[in-house]
Amino acid sequence: MIPASRRRLWVLHLVVAALLISLGARLWYVQVMNSGTYAALAAQDETQQVVVPSVRGEILDDTGQAMVGNRTALVVSVKVAQLSQRGDEPAVLSRLAKLLHVSVKVLDEKVRTCTSGVKPPCWAGSPYQPVPVDQHVSDRVALQIMEDQQQYPDITAQVQPVVDYPEPDGANPAQVLGYLQPITPQEVKQRHLTVTGFSGVDLVGQAGLEQEYDAELRGTPGIQKVAVNAQGEVTGTVSQTSAKAGDDLVTSINAPLQSDVQNILASAIHKAYDQGDTGATSGAAVVMTTKGRVVAMASYPSYNPSVWTGGISAKEFSDLFGTGHGEPILDRATQGQYAPGSTFKVTTTAAAVAQGYSINGTYNCPASVDIDGQHFFNDGNPNEGPMSFSEALIQSCDTVYYQLGYDMWLRDDVKADSVASPHAPLQKTQKMELAWGFGHDPGIDVPEQSSGNVPTRQFLYYYWKQYKNYWCKNGKEDGDYDQRLDYQDCQDGYVWEPGQAAIAAIGQGYVTVTPLQLADAYAALANGGTLYSPRVGEALISPDGKVVQKINPPVTRRLPVSKYTLAYMRSALAGVVTSGTAASAFGGFPLNQVCVAGKTGTAQVFGKLATSVFASFAPCNHPKYVVVVMIPGAGYGADTSAPAVRQIWDDIYGLEGHKAAMPNGQVPASLPSVSLSGAIKPPAGYSRSSR
Amino acid sequence: MSLRETYRLAPGTRGQSGLRGGGSGSRGSFVARAFGRQSLLRHLDWILIAAVLALCALGTLLVWSATEPGLVQAGADPRTYLYKEVAWFGIGLVLMVAVATLDIRKIRAAVPVVYGVALLGLLAVLSPLGSVVNGAHAWINLPGGFQVEPSEFAKLGLVLICAMVLSHLGDGGKRPRLREIALAIACAVPLAGLVVAEPALGVALVLLAVLIGMIVMSGLRLRWLAGLAVGGAAAGVLAVSVHLLKSYQLQRFTSFTNPSADLAGAGYNAQQAKIAVGSGGMFGHGLFHGSLIAGNFVPSQQTDFIFTVAGEELGFAGCIAIVALLAVVVTRALRIAARAQDQFGTLAASGIAIWFAFQAFVNVGMTIGIMPITGLPLPFISYGGSAAFADMLAIGILQSVHRRRTVFDRF
Repeated sequence: MIPASRRRLWVLHLVVAALLISLGARLWYVQVMNSGTYAALAAQDETQQVVVPSVRGEILDDTGQAMVGNRTALVVSVKVAQLSQRGDEPAVLSRLAKLLHVSVKVLDEKVRTCTSGVKPPCWAGSPYQPVPVDQHVSDRVALQIMEDQQQYPDITAQVQPVVDYPEPDGANPAQVLGYLQPITPQEVKQRHLTVTGFSGVDLVGQAGLEQEYDAELRGTPGIQKVAVNAQGEVTGTVSQTSAKAGDDLVTSINAPLQSDVQNILASAIHKAYDQGDTGATSGAAVVMTTKGRVVAMASYPSYNPSVWTGGISAKEFSDLFGTGHGEPILDRATQGQYAPGSTFKVTTTAAAVAQGYSINGTYNCPASVDIDGQHFFNDGNPNEGPMSFSEALIQSCDTVYYQLGYDMWLRDDVKADSVASPHAPLQKTQKMELAWGFGHDPGIDVPEQSSGNVPTRQFLYYYWKQYKNYWCKNGKEDGDYDQRLDYQDCQDGYVWEPGQAAIAAIGQGYVTVTPLQLADAYAALANGGTLYSPRVGEALISPDGKVVQKINPPVTRRLPVSKYTLAYMRSALAGVVTSGTAASAFGGFPLNQVCVAGKTGTAQVFGKLATSVFASFAPCNHPKYVVVVMIPGAGYGADTSAPAVRQIWDDIYGLEGHKAAMPNGQVPASLPSVSLSGAIKPPAGYSRSSR
Repeated sequence: MSLRETYRLAPGTRGQSGLRGGGSGSRGSFVARAFGRQSLLRHLDWILIAAVLALCALGTLLVWSATEPGLVQAGADPRTYLYKEVAWFGIGLVLMVAVATLDIRKIRAAVPVVYGVALLGLLAVLSPLGSVVNGAHAWINLPGGFQVEPSEFAKLGLVLICAMVLSHLGDGGKRPRLREIALAIACAVPLAGLVVAEPALGVALVLLAVLIGMIVMSGLRLRWLAGLAVGGAAAGVLAVSVHLLKSYQLQRFTSFTNPSADLAGAGYNAQQAKIAVGSGGMFGHGLFHGSLIAGNFVPSQQTDFIFTVAGEELGFAGCIAIVALLAVVVTRALRIAARAQDQFGTLAASGIAIWFAFQAFVNVGMTIGIMPITGLPLPFISYGGSAAFADMLAIGILQSVHRRRTVFDRF
């Protein structure tokens, strides 16, 4: 060997040593120092989760009849991971497309996995899950698929639960029930939900009770961990937890009554419309117990919730949400904000008494009063002279309350009115209105709810901030009436003016309430002063009948009104029905059997026909229920809403030839129970479809 | 020749008049002849053979373990690969012994023939005789369903031709001149070119490493070496800029630096391999108990990625044992190079050392994320007849160089 080679051989030794040592060091790093990381990654590789769907709980009426149920349907699914391993995937899919009467393209789009480069339509779930491609196949098609696995390898036809709306007795409180929609990736993340990949199960409540009680209704899916190889073929089961069905939600809604209330509301609106009140196209009715349980709640127009099942079409969607069909998606009972009109006078009475006006005093009811340079007229009625609060409520004298509103304005912190500030103090009268639950969400277990409005100084300030620019642009100091109004509002729109106080006292102007809020306030009046946060849900029961959770309407607060004043007003409202504004609507009503008390409301809305309102409770002495109907654009409360309310009372108690929706007009004292076979039995004394 | 080497040459002569005496064949028995002074067995590097046999045994077990689950699933005999691998190594051992018996000078004389055969083999894969596996024309179909991978023999061919050309002057005690270097490169180019054409990039890399290593080892003056290095670098830059490398090849090279960037494609193999090796931990899951291996998550796990099987099933202990055994093989080869009688022997042995060292480093390195993914088998471990034969022939040549010092020089 030449000497140069000898030297270089040593270099080669060093190089080889360096290579081998670096291998050893890297092996130490990978296998010893970071072994845990790679072991975890390996475990991820080797196992796949297969989620076994849980059956969603049902939503029941107070006797256990399902309003939202589960029906089983034959669903065709494609095991994409396995099928793609086969060479004949296109041929199998084209055979399947022919069998299901869809194009191959549609089928291909349904089964392809959504990845970065693939735009929907595509399968958003795991490729290890069977992809549902048809949820409404016939037995014949299902049999063909399952019998001929040579032709349809890795295609299954299985019975799976699908949401169903049986409408017991015709009851369809669509907006209260809400609806289900496929789970979105955001919801999966936010709520840590498990995706099963089974159609009809990977749905999430998007509105109403379905949304409010989604966690309880959906149950817990079972998780099967399976060992897989690199091809995704299942080689064994590692572990398994079985699915737990969701709880059933028992509601206090009584299906027969709900159905009647829906029909009564709809025909009242139709009748008003046919009589020429063409603004009468929508409305709401609420029946609740005086302890805050909703027994029936209807919103018109309504819709059939089954449009949501199996994907909603673009047309169905625009029909639901568009104004063309009156936005049937809106729950007007909880979201509709209407001026309460004279039904608000009970609150104004309470505010006046709280500010020192005697409940037993006399108040003048002239034909008109002048406030701040404006004339305020008594509706239809001429000068009635001095009268008691009772008479003022029975006759629904506006001028008594205009004057009271103005007087209370004068007694309030007048200085605060001229300061533009979001921190202006509450007026005493508005404080009372807020205490009756107006102006904020009632907290019902239906997520869609509005707060209505009480014109506080803060409200005026923010309202002014919002519209100031518009008013200042349009307003002219010496223009026409509207321009002068705008000019004035531009200058001092935040000021709580005497005229506004007078108008608010009779439940108009800026005052709006939802039918539910009005019912809730009247419930508090009827029950002696306890304001509840209303509830539709009554209890959650497990599939084996155990009561998981009782749902009681929480007490929001006590009305700051004395028992005497409340009792005084209750007897005055009884007079409304016997001799007051509702006397004609209740003419011939068997008050000796069930004494009904109530208050009409005819809330004028600028440029439109008035909102027809009737708020009532019964029996007069020990009220159990409150019934409220509000129909905008239908004129006098006594003309449209009061007759509708009368029919609802007939239904509740079985009067005037109606069959009682509930035996003796009683809500069930106990929950429905579940028999050993899993069937739901009505509470004792209540039978299904009592009519 | 140094004094030390002269001394070391002595055992043969010393043995004859040594204390142990006895003389070979004096008893005439087979055993006596087998272990006699003149016998082949006494002049083999047994440490090298022991290391190679240990590697072969480990390799056979790992191939068996890697292929059993797939064969069971396919309903075939789960030991199919075991039997085949044992057969390949058996034949390989015979080849090794056969070459070991040859005088290194006879081997040297046959080098042009070996080179020619290697070249013809590479040409054949591009002809209709060749078959395509994984996008590369790397195989020749033989009757009886056998396939030969000539690129494995190309490595051997290059080592031998370079050793011959570069030792031409060296055996006279002189450094090679540029003419010899040029001739060596000229001999290497057709081999490397045909390998790139297959394309078998990993093999081409090994050829390049062997060529460079052997030129350095030949004793070429440093300034010439530096000049060659500059020229080579320029050629490399040119190759990339005119897209001599196919895009998938470039992708493999770039993806190994960041394997998680492209998990579905080129990075997948690297990532899965690393997961398999890493999940083995200190002592592994035990042979036949690697679940990633059983699930076939790592591609080519009985051939190029055999080390992942060792990683998952034998853990760090098993991996380090394999690396250590390979280190023994390489250091024995270097030892043989250092003690070779002639420059040809030195260069041939060091060429083989470079080949094994580089190939082992790249193969193991790619499973643990420090080298790009290339199609190279792990010497003595990966499944495959061609590789087993070529590796064993190389060991045979090492043994022949070893024996020349101890046996033939006495005459």
